[in-house]
Amino acid sequence: MGMSLQQIIFGVLSVISLVSALGVVLSKNPVTSVLCLIVTFFTIAGHYIMLNAQFLAVVHIIVYAGAIMVLFLFVIMLMNLNAEIEPQKRSWLKYAGAISGGALLVVLLAALREASVPSLKPESTDIGLIANLGKTLFSQYVVPFEVSSILFLSAMVGAVVIGKKED
Amino acid sequence: MTIDWVFILEKVLLISGVLVVSLVVAMYSTWGERKVAAIIQDRRGPNRAGFMGLFQPLADGGKLFFKEEIIPTNSNRFLFILGPSLAMMIACMTSAVIPWGDTLTIAGHSFSLQIADINIGILYIFGVVSLGVYGIMLGGWASNNKYSLLASVRAASQIISYELAMGLSLIALLMMTGTLSIKEIVEQQRHTYWNVVAQPLGFLIFLVCSFAECNRSPFDLPEAESELNGGYHLEYSSMKLGFYLFAEYINMFISSALMASLYFGGYAFPYMDKMGLDQNIVTILGTVVFFIKIICFLFFFMWVRWTIPRFRYDQLMRLGWNIMIPLALVNMLITGAVILWQQSH
Repeated sequence: MGMSLQQIIFGVLSVISLVSALGVVLSKNPVTSVLCLIVTFFTIAGHYIMLNAQFLAVVHIIVYAGAIMVLFLFVIMLMNLNAEIEPQKRSWLKYAGAISGGALLVVLLAALREASVPSLKPESTDIGLIANLGKTLFSQYVVPFEVSSILFLSAMVGAVVIGKKED
Repeated sequence: MTIDWVFILEKVLLISGVLVVSLVVAMYSTWGERKVAAIIQDRRGPNRAGFMGLFQPLADGGKLFFKEEIIPTNSNRFLFILGPSLAMMIACMTSAVIPWGDTLTIAGHSFSLQIADINIGILYIFGVVSLGVYGIMLGGWASNNKYSLLASVRAASQIISYELAMGLSLIALLMMTGTLSIKEIVEQQRHTYWNVVAQPLGFLIFLVCSFAECNRSPFDLPEAESELNGGYHLEYSSMKLGFYLFAEYINMFISSALMASLYFGGYAFPYMDKMGLDQNIVTILGTVVFFIKIICFLFFFMWVRWTIPRFRYDQLMRLGWNIMIPLALVNMLITGAVILWQQSH
């Protein structure tokens, strides 16, 4: 047994996340796709916990699985998409998609072949805990943090303006 | 690789204990609900099965198990079964971060009566609660019935709307306590007054929102039988229907436990450290007190259900967005101002 507990958990999580991510793309039923995507989010949250970033993990679940995916599910359920009534794509479109996707993969591989991922420094592993994250966000990165909150505010105002359009 | 077997055994025992207790409390909440309704309406309530009808929940459960199970022909079979399972599972998950008591010391080992004291306990609860929508939505949609679908859409939008006000009302509490760990919040109340004294408005908002989150009357629009024929579980029969109804009672139990620990001191009770009793006895007394507080809240849930009529759907939404959220924001502003004022003095 050369594997530590962490490595076993990491392996299991990665396999589940890859399988469910494939399920999102391959599943014929859109509702199943959404459910697979939710499972993927959960496994990614598991990876965050493995990186000692519990706050990020929980917020990831609250925001993505709890809010955004509910809206996805809403839209898909109310549109009632089915494989039978869905317009069939032409076959040449599929081939074109596969070829261009493969070309993109080659380009990305070529670009990233030489790139190296810097390893995490041991002293920075506590940054994901909520107290440390909060202190860093509100001292070192306070200006970008506030600027991004203004961005969110403008998006909200925009959504309200579109939603309240009077005829 | 060494595994701490005592730790695992302790946690397994605790998890099973908490699960069993939540299920039993939920079971007897159904009995309590009928008794409370009977008292309020000047009736006797269930009194056939056992003394004071105490075996009624067992009879109901047995009946649900033996009923014929019907899965509608044009429904999505997998999702139809997934719906109630998810509702039940998510209802049971929340109890992991609630401190059911202080620590017990047995033979030199000290055991915490909390499954996991994580430093983001409240956020964990929000995460799980925000997933609660899925059980209802999937079940309602998979039934392939327009009433079920309407009810599940109602439930989802209601839960999402009131989650916001709930979170905002909690932020004020978190600003005061400075921690997200529920255990620490309870420990802080052990030595001073309960949080409800400092956060009366926040507590009120939290209370109203938890009624809405549990789909309880007066906010039980998803189950409004006069409009929707019975709501999102219209097509369900047998134990799958039982799971939906049961999940509602577990949710009620957990939100009562949450309110008791966040605003009413949890397992802390006055003079608990001054009576000179053994630590273990104080812990057990604390757990008993905690359950008394929970039962008071459960009674309140039932009392309201049999007293206040159902809201109309637009009234519900207006209350959530135009009253609860602004009130919670004002509460947050006031709390922030008071904290700043205290710091400068």
